[in-house]
Amino acid sequence: MSRRYLTIWFRHLTTDQLAIRKPELKGEPFVLAAAERGRMVVKACSAAAMDKGIEAGMVLADARALIPNLEVLDDHPLRGEKLLRALAEWSLRYTPIAAVDLPDGLILDISGCAHLWGGEGPYLKDILSKLRKPGYEVRAAIADTIGASWAVSRFGKISPVIEPGAHIDALQSLPPAALRLEAPVLDRLQKLGLYQIRSFINMPQRVLRRRFGQDLLNRLDQALGLVSEPITPIQAIVPYQESLPSLEPIRTATGIEIALRKLLEILCQRLFREGKGMRKGVFKGCRIDGELQQIEIGTNEPVRNVGHLFKLFELKIATIAPGLGIDLFVLEAPVVEELSIQQESLWAASNQEHLAIAGLLDRLAGRFGANTIHRYLPDQHHWPERSIREAKSLQEKPAIDWPEDQPRPLCLLPRPERIQVTSPIPDYPPMLFIYKGTVHKIRKADGPERIEREWWIEQGLVRDYYRVEDEQGARYWVFRSGHYHDAEPEWFIHGFFA
Amino acid sequence: MEAAANKSEIIEKLKKDILLMQGFSAVLDHGRPDIGLGPMEKAFPNHIFPTAAVHEFVSANASSSAATTGFMAGLISHLMKTEGTCLWIGARRQLFPPGLKAFGISPDRVIFIDLQRERDVLWAIEESLKCGALTAVVAELKEISLTESRRLQLAVEKSRVTGFLHRCNPQKTNPIASVSRWEISPIASNLEAGVPGVGYPRWNVELQKIRNGKPGSWQLEWSAGRFSHLTTVATSNTFIQQTG
Repeated sequence: MSRRYLTIWFRHLTTDQLAIRKPELKGEPFVLAAAERGRMVVKACSAAAMDKGIEAGMVLADARALIPNLEVLDDHPLRGEKLLRALAEWSLRYTPIAAVDLPDGLILDISGCAHLWGGEGPYLKDILSKLRKPGYEVRAAIADTIGASWAVSRFGKISPVIEPGAHIDALQSLPPAALRLEAPVLDRLQKLGLYQIRSFINMPQRVLRRRFGQDLLNRLDQALGLVSEPITPIQAIVPYQESLPSLEPIRTATGIEIALRKLLEILCQRLFREGKGMRKGVFKGCRIDGELQQIEIGTNEPVRNVGHLFKLFELKIATIAPGLGIDLFVLEAPVVEELSIQQESLWAASNQEHLAIAGLLDRLAGRFGANTIHRYLPDQHHWPERSIREAKSLQEKPAIDWPEDQPRPLCLLPRPERIQVTSPIPDYPPMLFIYKGTVHKIRKADGPERIEREWWIEQGLVRDYYRVEDEQGARYWVFRSGHYHDAEPEWFIHGFFA
Repeated sequence: MEAAANKSEIIEKLKKDILLMQGFSAVLDHGRPDIGLGPMEKAFPNHIFPTAAVHEFVSANASSSAATTGFMAGLISHLMKTEGTCLWIGARRQLFPPGLKAFGISPDRVIFIDLQRERDVLWAIEESLKCGALTAVVAELKEISLTESRRLQLAVEKSRVTGFLHRCNPQKTNPIASVSRWEISPIASNLEAGVPGVGYPRWNVELQKIRNGKPGSWQLEWSAGRFSHLTTVATSNTFIQQTG
């Protein structure tokens, strides 16, 4: 049986997607640009921008000269590929074999699929209308070979559906660029006046090989179907979902717990086989009256331990209202992450302890929200507010040592507070300061430690920090904002030493 | 004579039995944690700092709160050694993690739980104290009732975690079920004569209550990663001195 291929071409893949996501960009000229060799280069442009003469590969400054109020957005190198993968997964509803054709196309092997839609014409129409509806500008073609359908989808002018065996005729009038050739080969063909495939398709092979290389012959053979062209179909990930129907509707908490435990065991076995762990879990119960009850959990790190996950769900089981009974339980893991068999543990000497702490943190996060848990690592800034950053995970180790050269207070005020001071001598610590109505006479002082503001982040005055001790023996961290010569330097208290 | 010796032996044994019943057994069997408090440890039951218990610290203002935090950090660094994990729970945290480094704690080994409401803190403390994998749990809160503190005591008896309750500026210092009550206040630091600047942190440590121990008051200094006792009261220097 002969094979049939469908090739889809997205003319403005990434820009169309952006316009779908941000409707205000629809119909506007805008480009995606990225730095390349020290200048900004247009990577993709919208249809409106293309109409005005902008094309990919142009320097951004030139594009701006054409359209002064051009909207410029940052391009991400993997944006197109990710999007194509998602679209390929979507197209699995039309055929089991779909492949990504970088940079802007999809290849579907539709052998034996089209009759389900009542023929190739309606089949193609259905796909195109579904893609065009949200706003993608697409062209597609069906032919016996990938090469022919690629050529017709890009350059075809008559019919997108090439009947079986007719692809050779269809190729005749197309330009050589339709054969997916390298630019130097195309240039040479152009110079020799071979503007259409028909002008060289019947030339002897050795002549073509000598003048244009083996590549042209390969591409020609592929388009004609003389050699087969392999494609790499994408593998869709089966969703992490398990369901458990029950014969009798379940109404008790014990019954729900048994169902949850069974589902967790099945799902965790699969996670174990695939070396993954759950980050987010949803447990649903379908009631016999049609209502859906669900509880959700999140974890701080990937987990596939039944007991741990069960404890997290257990806290929320009480919120399930079983009504007249639940007859179908579904457990989903919408977010999973890699989890190596032997997770290295920084936190505790034994893995057991590490798991216990992770379990505790998950319970706390489940009750109060994940943003209540913080862990800090040193950051390469001297400015005190920026000298720490939040750790991304429990495993993350400090990249630099904690600085010890300068004293840092144990308690820091959320923001520095104004104090009144008496400071008679320039660049000396104050003699006394008034904080919250109390006068503190300073007995000892260290400093100043000048901390410059990081001008590349924000503008402002420098800080001269002093460590001072008052007559009660309490130790404070105070600073003067700006230089002493400034008219009225302001003083602030920023922290307390132990 | 023999009878007298017997009598004292019996009393000693009975005392130990009472301590055992009160849950001080494991400390005796395991290697004693060196808390580095020196002569002060005589105040504790069996002369050992009670771990697996809840300690209460009371502070009245911001500077004594900082001193209390410093003293607690010194104790925790001895408990944590190189590989413990500490949880720091509170509703209005002021602790600046880099400041812990001076007290021998690597700040990345501390996990902070910053809650919105005071009443969430109690739930979080109890849940954390039940987790035996932690070395210490520090909780900053204002008010706690006797009943609530009993629950914490029950939790630590099972998990052997040491809990530190820091009550910052409480409305009333009601008795709670803790093994001890401390009050720490800063005192003037002192450097050798002629050296300008602020010296090592010094505190007046007042142990107001200790179960099966002797309350007392000491003056301590934190220097070179350990506590040391002050023999004489520091005389404050009357000059403003400056370095740098």
